[in-house]
Amino acid sequence: MEKWRAITYTLLQHSLKTNFHHPINPNFRSLTRSSSTSGHTYAFGRTCERLKPMLAHEKWNIQPCVHPCMSHHPLVSTKIFSGNMCRIQCIYFASLTTKIQRNPLFSTINSDDISHFKKILGEKNVIQEEEKLDTANTDWMRKYKGSSKLMLQPRSTEEVSQILKYCNSRCLAVVPQGGNTGLVGGSVPVFDEVIINTGSMNSIISFDKVSGILVCEAGCILENLISFLDSRGFIMPLDLGAKGSCQIGGNVSTNAGGLRLVRYGSLHGTVLGLEAVLANGTVLDMLGTLRKDNTGYDLKHLFIGSEGSLGIISKVSILTPPKLSSVNLAFLACKDYFSCQKLLLEAKRRLGEILSAFEFLDSHALDLVLKHLDGVRNPLPPSMHNFYVLIETTGSDESSDKQKLEAFLIHSMEGGLISDGAIAQDISQASSFWHIREGVPEALMKAGAVYKYDLSLPVEKMYDLVEEMRIRLGSAADVVGYGHLGDSNLHLNISTPQYDDAILAQIEPFVYEWTSKHHGSISAEHGLGLMKADKIHYSKSPEAVQLMTSIKKLLDPNGILNPYKVLPPSLVS
Amino acid sequence: MKIMVAIKRVVDYAVKIRVKADKTGVETNNVKMSMNPFCEIALEEALRIREAGFASEVVAVSMGPAQCVDTLRTGLAMGADRAIHVDAPAAGLYPLSVAKILRALVDVEKPGILILGKQAIDDDCNQTGQMVAGLLNWPQATFASKVVLDKEKQLATVDREVDGGLETLCVDLPAVITTDLRLNQPRYATLPNIMKAKSKPIKKFKLEDLKVDIKSDLEIVEVTEPPKRKAGIIVSSVDELIDKLKNEAHVI
Repeated sequence: MEKWRAITYTLLQHSLKTNFHHPINPNFRSLTRSSSTSGHTYAFGRTCERLKPMLAHEKWNIQPCVHPCMSHHPLVSTKIFSGNMCRIQCIYFASLTTKIQRNPLFSTINSDDISHFKKILGEKNVIQEEEKLDTANTDWMRKYKGSSKLMLQPRSTEEVSQILKYCNSRCLAVVPQGGNTGLVGGSVPVFDEVIINTGSMNSIISFDKVSGILVCEAGCILENLISFLDSRGFIMPLDLGAKGSCQIGGNVSTNAGGLRLVRYGSLHGTVLGLEAVLANGTVLDMLGTLRKDNTGYDLKHLFIGSEGSLGIISKVSILTPPKLSSVNLAFLACKDYFSCQKLLLEAKRRLGEILSAFEFLDSHALDLVLKHLDGVRNPLPPSMHNFYVLIETTGSDESSDKQKLEAFLIHSMEGGLISDGAIAQDISQASSFWHIREGVPEALMKAGAVYKYDLSLPVEKMYDLVEEMRIRLGSAADVVGYGHLGDSNLHLNISTPQYDDAILAQIEPFVYEWTSKHHGSISAEHGLGLMKADKIHYSKSPEAVQLMTSIKKLLDPNGILNPYKVLPPSLVS
Repeated sequence: MKIMVAIKRVVDYAVKIRVKADKTGVETNNVKMSMNPFCEIALEEALRIREAGFASEVVAVSMGPAQCVDTLRTGLAMGADRAIHVDAPAAGLYPLSVAKILRALVDVEKPGILILGKQAIDDDCNQTGQMVAGLLNWPQATFASKVVLDKEKQLATVDREVDGGLETLCVDLPAVITTDLRLNQPRYATLPNIMKAKSKPIKKFKLEDLKVDIKSDLEIVEVTEPPKRKAGIIVSSVDELIDKLKNEAHVI
C-alpha cells in the first residue's frame, strides 16, 4: 500500500512538472488545470504519453490505482494506455493518498440527453456555455474544479423530478448546486456530473405573520429571506458570512450552523418541513408547517445535513424567530484563552437569555483582517492583545439590555477577564465589528493558500490544537484560530503562501487524529463533501457508517446523487 | 477654552424607516435610536482639539425628552467631560428653537467654539448651525472637512466642502463650526471610558430656566413616502422601444 502511494505521488509530481506547463503533445488532450494556488489537478487525456516512460521505468504493476475506465486492454506494466479514455484524478493536496476514479457505471451525456433536457426545461435553462460552466465547476475557494459539460436550471419541483427521473434511468451522475459557497468541495462536480442549479427556484411560497413560519423554495438566497422577513418583524434563525450568495436549500442540506446557533439552535430544530426529490424522481412531500407532529419516523432529519446525497431539497418550511429590537454588540480583548472560556461561562450565566452570539478570533486572525480587507479598523486602541471576543445580545428592551451588558462587561473587566473592549453605539459600528469576524475567511483567501479545518472540540481543549500546530509547523505557516466559541466550534486555518505537500503532510492526519482522540468532530458545520469523504471514521463508528451506507443505497441505488462525496467512495460503490 | 458640542438623538442611520399610518411623521416607536452621525463627527473633532491641547474641556449638550440622556451618555463614553440635557418636548423642536436654546446655553457656558453636525439625518434641515451663528453674531464655518486651530491668534482655519470643491476660510474665535462627513472617523466607546462616564455629571436645564420660548411658526401638515419606483419592462424589439418612448414616455 505504502509503495504505490509513493509512486503515484512521484508520478503526479512528474506529470505536474512536465504536463500542463508544456502541453506539446497534440495527442495528449490534457485538461489539466492547476495553478500554484489550486490544489487540484486533473490529468485527463487519451494517451498519457508523458507518464508512459515514468511508469514503464518503474516496472510496478500499478493496476489497482490507474486503470482505464472503458478498458478493453488490461493494464500491463510496460504498455499502459492504448488509446482508451483514461482519467486519473488526483486530489493531491487534500490528501496524498486519495485517488478517485470516475465510476465507470455512469454514462456520459450525449445529444439525445441534451434535447430531452431542452424539452423539459426550455432552451434557456440548459446551459452549455464555457464561461458559465467554468464558474459553476469551480468552488468558492477555487480549490476544486470539475469538468461538467452541462448545467440545468429547473424552475419547479416538477422539473427537478423529471430531470432526476431521466438521469436515473440513464445512469447520469448529478451534482445539486445552490449558492456554491461550500468549503469542502461538495457543491461542484468531481468529473462530468450534470450540475442541477436551484437558483431559479427562488420564490417565497407563504409566510404566516402570527407563527413566523416561512415556506419557500430551495433557491431563495439567505440574505433575500432576511430582508423579506425584516420588514415583517422576523429574522432567519441562521446567519452566516456567505448570506449574500448561499441558498436556503443548500443551507438545509448541509445543516449550516453560523453565527446565531448558540441562540436559535441548529436547522434540525428550526426546519419544520421539507419537500425533497429522490434519485428516481419521486417527490417526497414532508412540507409540514406544524411545530409538533409525532406521526411516524421524522424523515426530514435524514435530508438535513445529507449534503445532497440522499435527495435534492426543493422546498423548505422554517420557523423564524421574531425580530427583537434591542441588539447590542461588544468587541472585547482577552489576554489568554482561559479568560475567553471563563468569559463564555460568565456570559451564559449573566447575560443568559439575551446572549445571541459568542465568537472569538486570535491575534493572528485580526492581523490578517486588518492587513487584507479594506475599510476595516481595529475597534480597540492598538495593543498586544492575544484574543478577541465578539459578544452579541438580542432582547426586547433597549435600556435594560444595554445596562445588563455594560454591567456584565464592567464586572468582567474588574475581574481581569477582559483587558479592553468597545461597545458598538449604533448599527453601523455594529456591522463594522461583525465585518471583522465575518471577514476572516476572505482575508485568509487573499493571503494566499489556506488549509481549512472545522472542528468541534471540548472548549478547554480547543486552543491547545492551535498551539500544537504552531509548534509543528514553525515558521513555515501562519496558524490562525477563530470560531464559534459559544458552540465549541474551532475554525483552524493554516495560511501559507502556496499549497505545499510537505506542509499538508504535517497537518493531516495529525489534526484528524488529535480531534478523534478528544472525541471531537472533524467537521463541525462545513460537512464532509469531497474533502473529507473518506475521513468519516475519525468521528463515527463503523456500525453507524455501515447503516448510513445502507440508507444511501436504499434511497439512491444507482448512486447518481452527488457521487464520490460524504461517505467513503469505497463503501458506496 | 471650552468647546461645546450639540448632539441630537435620531433614528439610527441603518434602520429602514417607515411612515406612520396617520401620515403625521416617521415611525419612531420600537426603532433603534442613536447619535446623529454628523454629531458623532463633531464630538470626535472636539475631543481631538482637546487632546491637541487647544481646549481644556468638552461639554456635550442635547435637548429633548428624557431619552436624550442615553445619547449624552454615549457622548460621555466617547470622552466628553460634562453633559447638559435641556428638557423639552420632542415635538416642536425645529432648528430656530434649537438655535435659541443653544444661544442661551452659550451665554451660560461661554465656550470658545460651538461645534455641531452640519445636519440631522431625520430632518436634513442644515439650518441650526447657521441660525445660532446669526443669533450669537459669531463667525461660522460650515461643512468643515478640516479644522486647524491657532491658539495665539485665536482663530481657526477651516476647509469647507462646497459644490465647487474646497474652500478655505479663516474665522476668529469664538466661532460656530458645523462638520461634514470627511472631517474624521469617530472613535468607538471603549470600556474604560464607559466606566469613567458613569461618574461624569449630566446637568439638567428646563426651558424656563433658560428663558427660551420655543413656540414655532412651522407645522408639519403631512408626511408621505416617495412614490415607489415602477418596475421596468423588457421590450422585445427596437420598434416597440421607439413606440413606447414616443407614445408613453413622450420623450421623442
